[in-house]
Amino acid sequence: MAKSNEPIWWSLFSAGGMVAAMMFPILIIITGILVPFGLAGDDPLNFERIHTAVSQNDSVELTLFIVITLPLFHWAHRFRFTLVDVGLKSVSTLISILCYGGAIAGTIISIVVFWNI
Amino acid sequence: MSTYLRPVPNTWWLKRKPYILFMIRELTSVFVAGYCIFLLVLVYKLTQGADAYGNFMAALKSPSSVALHLITLAFVLYHTITWFNLTPKILVLYRGEDRVPQGLVAGTFYAGWVVVSVIVAWLVLGV
Repeated sequence: MAKSNEPIWWSLFSAGGMVAAMMFPILIIITGILVPFGLAGDDPLNFERIHTAVSQNDSVELTLFIVITLPLFHWAHRFRFTLVDVGLKSVSTLISILCYGGAIAGTIISIVVFWNI
Repeated sequence: MSTYLRPVPNTWWLKRKPYILFMIRELTSVFVAGYCIFLLVLVYKLTQGADAYGNFMAALKSPSSVALHLITLAFVLYHTITWFNLTPKILVLYRGEDRVPQGLVAGTFYAGWVVVSVIVAWLVLGV
């Protein structure tokens, strides 16, 4: 049987999809509704509190890093096939490189950003 | 001899409702990635000091930010629902000879979603 990278990309797609499904709705409600309309107390995401939480606590930092980077691979895998499905099959290799490459680039940028906190 | 492939127009997915819903489901991934970038910018602002972070958080009150969040929420909720509804197709579980009912598998994920949401809200908002 030919070797394939598919299981790796599918696993990342699957894990990222689960993270997004479980956590993104509540996070979007928090940053898009509860905080801007002041429905969650007095400035709960203030700089002191969030900066301390992320910079002083490795598990918070690691969790946030995973929550940001895994769903990028979910996007890469799903969007790759979407583009192929709408007629870009002839450039499918380029699309794979751009999609997975984009997710990997996002991960590298995330590492740099988190490193500097 | 080569196999004849019937040409498929690139607008095939506009032809039937299930195809359109499929395409909407696939496009939810763009909003997922968009929110990843939003979170990354938030963390970046955190590294740039209290002023940069404060300005970013103040911008969340703008109508365009709220509108973008609401549109993203709609797509991400569609992702969540379609994702959990697919779990019984991927997790085929048996208890002895009997297959665990599909509704029970999906329902477990929905219940987990509620628990996770409450925990995330509690941790992030500190209330």
